[in-house]
Amino acid sequence: MTAGTAETSSSSSFDPETYESTHVHSVYEAIAPHFSSTRHKPWPLVADFLASLPPGSVGLDVGCGNGKYLAVNPSLWLMGSDRSANLVSLARENDGRGRRRQRLNEVTVADSLALPYRASSADFAISIAVLHHLSTRSRRRAAVRAILDCLRPGSGEDGRNGEGKAMLYVWALEQGSSRRGWDEDASQDQLVPWVTKAGTGKTHKESDSRKPENDTTWHRYYHLYRKGELEEDVQAVGGVVLHSGYEKDNWWAICTRGLEM
Amino acid sequence: MKVISLNFLTCAVKSCKSSGAAFPLHPKDAELVQDDIELNAQMLLNILPRLDWAALRTNATELGFPELPAELPTREALEADEKKLKDLHHLLVETQIMEGKLVCRNCGHEYAIREGIANFLLPSHLV
Ligand SMILES: [Zn+2]
Repeated sequence: MTAGTAETSSSSSFDPETYESTHVHSVYEAIAPHFSSTRHKPWPLVADFLASLPPGSVGLDVGCGNGKYLAVNPSLWLMGSDRSANLVSLARENDGRGRRRQRLNEVTVADSLALPYRASSADFAISIAVLHHLSTRSRRRAAVRAILDCLRPGSGEDGRNGEGKAMLYVWALEQGSSRRGWDEDASQDQLVPWVTKAGTGKTHKESDSRKPENDTTWHRYYHLYRKGELEEDVQAVGGVVLHSGYEKDNWWAICTRGLEM
Repeated sequence: MKVISLNFLTCAVKSCKSSGAAFPLHPKDAELVQDDIELNAQMLLNILPRLDWAALRTNATELGFPELPAELPTREALEADEKKLKDLHHLLVETQIMEGKLVCRNCGHEYAIREGIANFLLPSHLV
C-alpha cells in the first residue's frame, strides 16, 4: 500500500471543491475518532509559539483538527475551527492530553476559505497541517491571506507594535529520512492512505503490511511543499515572513499580515 | 460558545466582510448555560481592550443582561472594583450559548448553534 500521485490541476475538468470534498473532508469525517486517537502530542515548535504569547492574547487555530493545541496555554483565548464537524466535536472536549477538558474549548465548524472572524482582531493564529489539503496554489494562497486578514495590524513608529502573528505548518516534499521516502523528485500532489481496521476502531500505521480483507483504506490528498514554497505563498499575498524553517518532514513559517493591500 | 467569542465572529459570506451590518452577529432563540469558572483577572484585563465594546453592549442586551456602560471601564477602575470585573467575567467567560442561532443583519443568513458549536459552513448559493 503506497501513496499515489494525485491527479489535480493538470486535468481540465478539475473542480477543486469537489475534489477536496471527496479526498479531504469526507475522509476526515469518516476517520475522525481514529485519527484523533493518534494525535495527542503537540509539536514542540507550535507549543513554544503558544507559550511565548502574553496572557489574554486572542487567537485562532484554523483547521484545529481534534483540538490538541487548544488547551496548551490556558491563559490565551484560543478559538478553533475545522471543516470536519466530527473533529470539531472531539476538539471541544480535548484537554491536550487525550482527556476530556474541564473547561470546554471554543470551537466552530468553518471552511478555511470562508472564515467567520472579524478582520484585524486576532493577536495570533496557528494553522497546523491544513494548507497542504488545498488542491490548487491559488486556493492555498487564498487560505493564507484569509488567515492574515484576521491578524491585528501593528501600530507605533515602526508599525510593529502589537502586530498579530501567524504560525503555518505544512508537509514537506523533502522527507528523505521518513518511511514515506519522498524527496525532491517526487510528485508534489499525493494521495496518502489511511487504513481503519474493521470493527476495532484501531488504525494500522501507513507502513503496516498486514491488511485483512475488511479493512477500509482512505486516501487523503496532500500537496507537498518544496523548499521555499510556503514563504513564496505568504509573500505573494502580501504577508511578511518573520521566521521560517524545516522541522521533521514539515516546513513552517511565522508571518504577519503585511501592509494593507 | 462563550459570549466573548461572539465578539470575534462575523458572517462567513465574502460580500458581508466589508459591511458594518455583518458585525456583530445577533443571537436568536439562544439557550444560555452558566458555568462556574475561576476568574483569571490578569487574563481578562488584557482581553478587555481587544473587544469591540459597542458590539459587546449590543450582544449583552440581546442576551438579556443588564445594560453595560457606554465606554469600557478603565483598567484602574476595574482593578479597584472586583464586583465590576466579576460581572464582566460572568457575562464573557461563564455564559455560553448552547443552542440557538446567530443572524447576520447584512445577508440575513442564520448560523445554527448546537451543543455549543456554531456551524459556519455556507450553503452553495452563498459561497
Ligand atoms: Zn452575512
